[in-house]
Amino acid sequence: METYTAMREFADSWALAGMTVFFIGVVVFAFRPGSKKIAEQVARIPLEDD
Amino acid sequence: MVILPTGGLRMRYGAELTGVGVLAFLALIGAAMGVDEPFRQHMWVLFFTVAAFGVLLMRRTAFVPAPAHDNSSYMDDVIRYGAIATMFWGVVGFLVGVIVALQLAFPDLNIEPWFNFGRTRPLHTSAVIFAFCGNALIATSFYVVQRTCRARLFGGDLAWFVFWGYQLFLVMAATGYLLGITQSKEYAEPEWYVDIWLTIVWVAYLVVFMGTILKRKEPHIYVANWFYLAFIVTIAMLHIVNNLAMPHSFLGSQSYSLFAGVQDALTQWWYGHNAVGFFLTAGFLGMMYYFVPKQAERPVYSYRLSIIHFWALIFLYIWAGPHHLHYTALPDWAQTLGMVFSIMLWMPSWGGMINGLMTLSGAWDKIRTDPVIRMMVAAIAFYGMATFEGPMMSIKAVNSLSHYTDWTIGHVHSGALGWNGLITFAALYFMVPRLWNREKLYSQRLVIWHFWLAMVGIVIYAATMWVSGIMQGLMWREYDSQGFLVYSFAETVAAMFPYYVMRAAGGAMFLLGALIMAYNLTRTILGHEREEDPIGGKVATARPALQPAE
Repeated sequence: METYTAMREFADSWALAGMTVFFIGVVVFAFRPGSKKIAEQVARIPLEDD
Repeated sequence: MVILPTGGLRMRYGAELTGVGVLAFLALIGAAMGVDEPFRQHMWVLFFTVAAFGVLLMRRTAFVPAPAHDNSSYMDDVIRYGAIATMFWGVVGFLVGVIVALQLAFPDLNIEPWFNFGRTRPLHTSAVIFAFCGNALIATSFYVVQRTCRARLFGGDLAWFVFWGYQLFLVMAATGYLLGITQSKEYAEPEWYVDIWLTIVWVAYLVVFMGTILKRKEPHIYVANWFYLAFIVTIAMLHIVNNLAMPHSFLGSQSYSLFAGVQDALTQWWYGHNAVGFFLTAGFLGMMYYFVPKQAERPVYSYRLSIIHFWALIFLYIWAGPHHLHYTALPDWAQTLGMVFSIMLWMPSWGGMINGLMTLSGAWDKIRTDPVIRMMVAAIAFYGMATFEGPMMSIKAVNSLSHYTDWTIGHVHSGALGWNGLITFAALYFMVPRLWNREKLYSQRLVIWHFWLAMVGIVIYAATMWVSGIMQGLMWREYDSQGFLVYSFAETVAAMFPYYVMRAAGGAMFLLGALIMAYNLTRTILGHEREEDPIGGKVATARPALQPAE
């Protein structure tokens, strides 16, 4: 198989699936239970300086 | 007897002076043996620039050990230089912008050979994108990363190398354009030797920024730093790949791209659009996520949304480039892919815009009383408008009308002047009093003057470019009943004259606002304070609060 075709097929199958799974993982991780409290704390990082 | 630290007496700036000497020597060789005239001239420019810098360094050198750095404090000197450089390059870039606008309206202003439009246009784009925005990004990233990591910049004087090395890149790029040296890739015009220099500087920038994050005392990496880091890493990748080229001589100003044909075009627009996405968006979102909460004195509306914003933006932006190549030799599927990803970008862009604006929820009154907040809100609103218009223009049917017309120019400027310009001005108004330990700005009312001049200027600019762009697009595609084109190209150019003049007027207003800012910030740095009524007038007067007085 031509390199171009092989890479193209990899890109629109496994690579695409991998990135989608990673992104969904990020969303789930960001909104996991208990994240709200941590997020509220770290959001104050810039304000607790100077 | 003086007790010296181990290692004995060392010359201050010894290594720096050696580097400057080597670079000046290489420049002389280039000037003497260059194979083409522009290259020899460019090497003379390099030689005199580097030599002048060397003289400045020598005046400040000494054979005593340098005073030990107080490693508990932030490294702010380089940011002070960066703030001034941002101001300076901003005024230069906007001035050149007004000149190129006038050159389009009045072709007699094209002065051959150095100042014709073909050379001044990249001078303008590079001066505003790389000089003004680039300096703003470097200065604010150093400011933000230290304060959110609670750590001094990593690498000691390496930050100074980043600053001065970047200025040298800018000088070489700008003078190269005027001498007629270009590899004719939009927003990547500098030739191979200037590209190599920028790569070295950029790697040093990454080391300073990454090193500071690694030695942070704050366990969490604040979201602004994620955006800055994405900007630095992605620009390194884009710059290296897009500039892969073979010089025809190592003593000449000509090189040939490693890509050819449509591959070259796609690589160029993969670079070009992500320069917008990561230089002018991701980096500036880093600014937004730090300076808006600071100025509003409240945390960002939703931190979790900012994380989604980050990942969604970097996952989607990188694919949007092909929309610059609609209806070209680029395969149809790639054009459609670029269009689809551009449209999907609506979501993270507007998510981020809402996140920035809602940071002010419960404090909206500050728009009336704090002109810097007003500038930030306008910047975020322009971010929202430009990222709405962009995806719309990427739709193939819309693009068939808008592409190659002034509409594109209007779109770019509503993003660049509105979003990048205003958020940078706001960041400067925030940083400068703090960097120089001034209680407040010289004048709040001059900020209001700046705000309205900039706003009216942008609106005039964008509105005239919409009208002229759509008119231009419609004239180009106007056929008569016999199937002949109704207008000759020259007729479409002549029809745009009034809009070109109006556009120059809008740009001049924006420039005037920037000059007022430069004056205001200079007086602030000098420690002056203007006596003036508080914003909104004295308490219990009937005067409307929004009136820009005096």
